[in-house]
Amino acid sequence: MNTPAYNFAYLDEQTKRMIRRAILKAIAIPGYQVPFASREMPMPYGWGTGGVQVTATILGPNDVLNVIAQGSDDTTNAISIRKFFAKTAGVETTTSTAEATVIQTRHRIPELPLHAGQVLVYQVPIPEPLRFLEPREIETRRMHALAEYGLMHVKLYEDIARFGHISTSYAYPVKVNARYVMDPSPTPKFDNPKMDNCAALQLFGAGREKRIYAVPPYTSVVSLDFEDHPFSPYRFEAPCALCGAEDTYLDEIVTDDRGGRMFVCSDTDYCEGRQAEGHRGSQSAAPQKEAPRG
Amino acid sequence: MYVAVKGGERAIENAHRLLAQERRGDLQVPEVTLAQLSEQLALAVDRVMSEGSLYDRELAALAIKQARGDLIEAIFLLRAFRATLPRFGATEPVDTGRMQVRRRISSTFKDIPGGQILGPTFDYTHRLLDPQLAEGSVPDDPAMAEVSDTATPRVTDILGRDGLIEPSPQADGDEAVGDLTREPLSFPADRDLRLQNLARGDEGFLLALGYSSQRGYGRNHPFAGEIRFGEVEAEFFAEDVGFAVPLGSIELTECQMVNQFKGSASEAPCFTRGYGLAFGQSERKTMSMALVERALRARELGEEVLAPAQDEEFVLSHSDNVQATGFVEHLKLPHYVDFQSELGLLRKLREEFFEANGQSTLKEAAE
Amino acid sequence: MAEMKSVADNDRPLLIAEDLAKNYGRLTACCDVSFTLYPGEVLAVVGESGSGKSTLLQLLSAQLVPTSGRVNYRMRDGVLRDLASLGEAEQRFLFRTDWGYVHQDPAQGLRMAVSAGANVGERLMAVGWNHYGRIRHTATSWLERVEIDTARIDDTPRTYSGGMRQRLQIARNLVTEPRLVFMDEPTGGLDVSVQARLLDLVRTLVAELGLAAIVVTHDLAVARLLSHRVMVMKAGRVIETGLTDQVLDDPREPYTQLLVSSILPP
Repeated sequence: MNTPAYNFAYLDEQTKRMIRRAILKAIAIPGYQVPFASREMPMPYGWGTGGVQVTATILGPNDVLNVIAQGSDDTTNAISIRKFFAKTAGVETTTSTAEATVIQTRHRIPELPLHAGQVLVYQVPIPEPLRFLEPREIETRRMHALAEYGLMHVKLYEDIARFGHISTSYAYPVKVNARYVMDPSPTPKFDNPKMDNCAALQLFGAGREKRIYAVPPYTSVVSLDFEDHPFSPYRFEAPCALCGAEDTYLDEIVTDDRGGRMFVCSDTDYCEGRQAEGHRGSQSAAPQKEAPRG
Repeated sequence: MYVAVKGGERAIENAHRLLAQERRGDLQVPEVTLAQLSEQLALAVDRVMSEGSLYDRELAALAIKQARGDLIEAIFLLRAFRATLPRFGATEPVDTGRMQVRRRISSTFKDIPGGQILGPTFDYTHRLLDPQLAEGSVPDDPAMAEVSDTATPRVTDILGRDGLIEPSPQADGDEAVGDLTREPLSFPADRDLRLQNLARGDEGFLLALGYSSQRGYGRNHPFAGEIRFGEVEAEFFAEDVGFAVPLGSIELTECQMVNQFKGSASEAPCFTRGYGLAFGQSERKTMSMALVERALRARELGEEVLAPAQDEEFVLSHSDNVQATGFVEHLKLPHYVDFQSELGLLRKLREEFFEANGQSTLKEAAE
Repeated sequence: MAEMKSVADNDRPLLIAEDLAKNYGRLTACCDVSFTLYPGEVLAVVGESGSGKSTLLQLLSAQLVPTSGRVNYRMRDGVLRDLASLGEAEQRFLFRTDWGYVHQDPAQGLRMAVSAGANVGERLMAVGWNHYGRIRHTATSWLERVEIDTARIDDTPRTYSGGMRQRLQIARNLVTEPRLVFMDEPTGGLDVSVQARLLDLVRTLVAELGLAAIVVTHDLAVARLLSHRVMVMKAGRVIETGLTDQVLDDPREPYTQLLVSSILPP
């Protein structure tokens, strides 16, 4: 039987070359979705194959990789992907945002500001911001080419007319480099401001939909809004119960079946860092590394 | 007191161990072998090869075993493996006209050169569960006959000789054949990419669409011109020797549908066609594929595009079951951050609603 | 200087059709159509079904490519351009700003699942309006202008009657103050009383805004009420053309006489 021998980071060099070309094109046209021939990866489509292909393409032996999902490095998806790269690339992995050179993320941007030389790779399910307004690829391609984004504003108008607010809470559309409208992936709108003028390179990979796009460092990224209904990131009402942070995105934990709730930082690395520095919230406890049951 | 739990990694490892145990099942029961799967569940293996886009019975059987019988999971395994294989070229186009036919039928003519050969088929069996089979079976020897020398020309070629059916759309000889696994599909799609997409497309999806076209959602009056199943030679043109060398033979099923005729101001009317091809004995798949292929040609044949089976973007974007299952099942992944955003917005809207309507918002908090 | 320019503008043709023809295989949908349209002028194209009038409208609005012949249009900068020479971006921009197109079935010219306000505001947003309040205010005043109850601004056209939908479609088209509006059987499918009201509205708006319009209709009463000039089509050809009142009061061609005489008395 044929047993495969895997190249560094799984993808063969020809595939990496093809993807690098797509990435370069994406960087040259910020926010524009570049089609690429996505490969079948050993994890299912929809589970991060686009992000994995981008990471596999740019990873070098001296890189330090972190993988987070929903803000935590300990979620099943993040663990699975980090192990994949540990096995196929043998690179050093970390759970520290500051130490990583490449961070692959699903649905959150780290709280700690990124620095120059880092690359943030986003996992994207639906790259097309207009998809739910216009299902046809032929039509959305034309709209991007002609910068016809009226339909997007119609949606925002409708939200305000119906709810009094723009009712998009995640995957909030942005305009990149004052030209292309882009979907930032299902990060909460809370995270949108972090993309603007960011020191790191931001790459977006959609495996199933076969698109790559990019925001080069120090590029303008502006959330769509109306002058009289400006974009406002969501504010939580209380600080993190573990570390007391007041300006981070919080996860809601259901603590009992009588409506008991507590809110803790979604970014586990950031929260642990703050706790290590002595910050405390109202319900602190040192997190255990291993739970009694696996 | 809340304790942030770590240990996702251990949980995953334990889950994998449990899975391996479930896969093996009761140790008293003999373990299934790849040969058993390939021989006795041959049609499952055929389907996995077709939709996995890889002709290797042993690997397909392994995939089915590893997937515990979940065929789409097996197809995924095979596709992922295929993606790692180096590509050293393409075969010469396979000539199904020279197929060593094991089954060959046509519904358009009562009799045809080469005859109607039923072959191994469920078609005329009575669907009665057979308890005998549960004990084990020793089938009688099949009927034997001399190998026939008569040619089995394709029915569509017979019709074509009189100009009664449109010629099969020829590819431009100079242009390279597109490769769906190397270039992303874009619309409108050329016929080569369309056929590749359908060949690896999910049988159930294509079956439903083909069925819908027969029931009036884009009807094109199909007849099964020919369905043939058997072995064909695959050949590869070797540069250094300057001729095509045989690689081996593979089993294929081919279906040619004869459809609604069409004419124009400058051309006499003739039948149109739809084409289906798959590995192994896969009749349902090839027939459905041919129905859908013909439906997707609506625009180029000047027909109104009204039905889902005719909608190229819809059909080709959703035919791949590996992509489909990936995205559907990805909903199992944690989505609590996005959900949190929705919760936040919803709470705010409810608050405003109750304020505007003079009701109390204390209800939620009091619970 | 500016004043002189606007007077000169009105003297210069807005749209010139030259020897337009459209064939489908051996079928001739229309041929030998030539005419000139001036700013503020309303031209009715009348004929029965199969006369080629709908095909002509699609040719004039660049939705179909002619088999032969040309359509020239004077852009806002005063330059006369062959429509076939416009790039896709230019064509789409034209369609959204300087032109209007009113469909016979309003559902085709509206977004049925989106509120009336958004329907009217969409063109404004497409050209960069970015202030919700101002967009809504403009949409509200247009609803008033087409006599739709402004309390219904947030309802979708699904909840509107046929006549209301048609008026909404008109508002949606006029919000960017186009200079030329194409209308395809604008009163088709509406009750007679509703038709009269709609025609009145269209006539008022056309006059107030100085619109040029090309109105395709099988209904001579519509032609008489709305248009300055009329072209009568039969089997793809223009068989008679002239001032509306003259043609309808004193038709020269036998076919026109037939059309005129078959109008049922009210």
